[in-house]
Amino acid sequence: MKLNELTAHELLDLLKEKKTTPREILDAVLARIQATDAQIRAYVRLRSNAAAQEFSNGSATPIPIGIKDNICVTGEPATCCSRILEGFKPPYDATVIQKLKESGAYLIGSTNMDEFAFGSSTENSCYGPTRNPWNKDCVPGGSSGGSAAAVAAREAIWALGSDTGGSIRQPASFCGVVGLKPTYGRVSRYGLIAFASSLDQIGPITRDVEDCALLLGIIAGYDERDSTSADLPVPDYTRALVNDVKGLKIGIPGEYFVEGIDPQVRAAIGAAIEVLKQRGATFHEISLPHTEYAIAAYYIVATAEASSNLARYDGVQYGLRRQPAGTRKTPLVDMYEETRDAGLGNEAKRRIMLGTYSLSSGYYDDYYLKGLKVRTLIKQDFDKAFLKLDAIITPTAPTTAFKIGEKADNPLSMYLSDVYTISANLSGIPAISIPCGFSKERLPIGLQILAKPFDEAMLFRIAYTYEQNTPWHKERVSL
Amino acid sequence: MSQTVQQKYETVIGLEVHLQLSTRTKIFCGCANVFGREPNTQTCPVCLGLPGTLPVLNKMALEYALKIAIALDCQINSVIKFDRKNYYYPDLPKGYQISQYDKPVAYDGHVWMTGADGQERKINIKRAHLEEDAGKLIHDERANCSLVDYNRTGTPLLEIVSEPELRSPQEAYDYLQALKLTLEYLRVSDCDMEKGSLRCDANVSIREAGAKTFGTKTELKNMNSFKAVRTALEFEEKRQREAAASGGRVIQETRLWSEEKGITIAMRSKEEAHDYRYFPEPDLVPFDIDEALIEELRRSIPELPRQKFERFTGEYRLSGYDARIIVADQHIAHFFEACAKLYADTKKICNWLNGPLLQELNARKMGFSGIKITPEDLIAIMRKVDQSELSNLAAKETLKQVLDTGKDVASVIRDAGLAQVSDSPALEGIVDELIHEHQTVVGQIREGKASAIGFLVGQAMRKSQGKANPKMIGEIIQRKLSGKSNA
Repeated sequence: MKLNELTAHELLDLLKEKKTTPREILDAVLARIQATDAQIRAYVRLRSNAAAQEFSNGSATPIPIGIKDNICVTGEPATCCSRILEGFKPPYDATVIQKLKESGAYLIGSTNMDEFAFGSSTENSCYGPTRNPWNKDCVPGGSSGGSAAAVAAREAIWALGSDTGGSIRQPASFCGVVGLKPTYGRVSRYGLIAFASSLDQIGPITRDVEDCALLLGIIAGYDERDSTSADLPVPDYTRALVNDVKGLKIGIPGEYFVEGIDPQVRAAIGAAIEVLKQRGATFHEISLPHTEYAIAAYYIVATAEASSNLARYDGVQYGLRRQPAGTRKTPLVDMYEETRDAGLGNEAKRRIMLGTYSLSSGYYDDYYLKGLKVRTLIKQDFDKAFLKLDAIITPTAPTTAFKIGEKADNPLSMYLSDVYTISANLSGIPAISIPCGFSKERLPIGLQILAKPFDEAMLFRIAYTYEQNTPWHKERVSL
Repeated sequence: MSQTVQQKYETVIGLEVHLQLSTRTKIFCGCANVFGREPNTQTCPVCLGLPGTLPVLNKMALEYALKIAIALDCQINSVIKFDRKNYYYPDLPKGYQISQYDKPVAYDGHVWMTGADGQERKINIKRAHLEEDAGKLIHDERANCSLVDYNRTGTPLLEIVSEPELRSPQEAYDYLQALKLTLEYLRVSDCDMEKGSLRCDANVSIREAGAKTFGTKTELKNMNSFKAVRTALEFEEKRQREAAASGGRVIQETRLWSEEKGITIAMRSKEEAHDYRYFPEPDLVPFDIDEALIEELRRSIPELPRQKFERFTGEYRLSGYDARIIVADQHIAHFFEACAKLYADTKKICNWLNGPLLQELNARKMGFSGIKITPEDLIAIMRKVDQSELSNLAAKETLKQVLDTGKDVASVIRDAGLAQVSDSPALEGIVDELIHEHQTVVGQIREGKASAIGFLVGQAMRKSQGKANPKMIGEIIQRKLSGKSNA
């Protein structure tokens, strides 16, 4: 088997036994990208000095990793796949990048995404769409579609994504890989180019649960540069990797299994529940009564924050600057308008307008404030549920991957594909998506597990047990 | 303006003071908080607002704000939070300013001020909130472009908002002086309007005398000194009164003070005003202000001007006039207290401090901090006058030279030969010369015109270059001319 087909933990074992070298692993990954990425377009750019990479002996984890294009690496472009950040090279490393560099990781390059993470299909990228490695007519999901596709296509051993409303979990589900949105505050956001600051988290996208636990262990932890990061110790997540769910109480929220769910997805989740039941977990019907308001609240809160976070792209300091030929208003206002018109895509403009509207005087109480209140109610739903439960299981997405272009003209139906994932962002709790089967069209289906704040170990335990008793994570794309 | 217009209207003024806090580093990053460096040398990714960076609150900025809140007798919110104020301007790198909206550090405080009539008045403070300063635009006329200097970006600001309780431009000026003095005592800011470390916007309106509701206000900006605040307000007060008196009306707008033209100019109307779309800053968590911290800060607050005034008029029995001058500069106050430990006659110390010493400093355009004269020096000079070792004139000269050179009093007197001549033979010689030169005056004295003695004493001082002991000269003249002399 080629090295790029192996998981990080398998590669670490080989490295420990001196059966391979970091250079061989990197070369295998780069060769794969060379061979297949023209079809997939998972990457928007490879790191400039790939060949010159030197590996120091004794690095803990010299594993090549794909990085979503919204995470800052010193001296490398970071564009969020937006024209407006054309030419911007951050002079600093994101905290997760610093930690990865310390672990000896090789940063392969930047993976494709929806512009500023606005989307669920990776079609809203100024570089064009990424294709789903399982079916190239389909989207890989989004917004971290490039990272998920790279991992699924074996073009990266693992990758980092970011998740504001499902942007790690939904593409993981569509691409048949593992994706984790950590608890809000578990991973530093310093150096993650913000979409919605109170919802964004960086998280791992991996081939299996063990890799996911390893990678979270590397990137998690308190960061004094991020006031919203939690000052809590990071447990050794690999200790949670036990094939045992006996006695665990798992909830199934009725609100997540209603109309709109693909019957094949429903069946796959039902089968997954049976697997865990057989391993000794007990399942309980529960209600999360405010679920139906989650999408509305999410699109108010997220777009409000986004409208403010994106205000800095004004053409003054960095990135794109456009000045129209004649003066229309004032040279300054002309530059703002021309720059933002040329630099931002339609979805970005749509969200900036939505967010600006809901924060405007006269509308704030009806929209933004109400959104915050719903958010609190959704969090309380989970708090209440977790008084009696260890975890909750749902589908990650109502459907499998849809066709490229299928929802491009219908933003609302695109927004609905986040219906199962956004509650975890609104409430801050951790959630993981793992492969749990395939549709008859051979598109992957994802299972989502949610747990209490900072109980990622519970997610790993349940996911690992499921994985040990099912074959899905071993399935491979053929390219 | 006619007398009737004067009396018909009442002016209502509220001030917003933006105070740069003199913390070591900026409010949300580790950059040095310094003034006057080369453009764009005191910046980092955080204060430049580069994508992906996050703010972290500087604890010292919060502590300074709390100190001010305590000193102004404010209520302090037990939980404070930050909000984003959204607007576009090239000096604002994030497209929003991190400020505080509904949970400011402090609210409901007050400033005690003394009016021109000597009466004390309490002006209420509505709120005080922390925020970050913006950068500075530099317009290059020749190159027809604007440049941005981000050094100032992220300097901690405390905005102190007064209630609209000021009733005249002079009162606004007095309030600003009183506020500034308290802030100076706290050592939390340079309070220098010319350098922009203290900036002031004014809301001003007029209404019919005795009315309960407020008139339409204008907001004045761009006043760069305390005097400019007063002058701009005087202009605006007159403009509004005249508009009202001639049947026009005041429109709600922001107006810029033009120092060169001496007028206020309309900048933007209410319709053009920004909708700042405030919302909670998601990158910063709310902060609990704990009681122990407030207590700790309360203990660290020095004696404030008003308490010092009370103490100086009581403990040292200073007149209100003297105490006010001394308290108006904490360096003078310290100097005074050091002197008072060495010398019992505090009135005399005041006379020296508020007289010759301040005059000399004013002549040199010097402040009181870092001066070369010590309290010991001043008392030494005063004692030498008491002991007739220095004439008043020579004492002032000594003071001057100590100020200039920093040398000790004894060496200044010795090196400049300022010691008072009380040596009889020398003085008798001078008097003999004078009697010889001024026969007419001598005649008047002999006829009993005592005041003429003064003239001769003056001449003696001149001859001795101020060094003669005037008391002895007088005695010698009297002795010689009363015929009791054995000369």
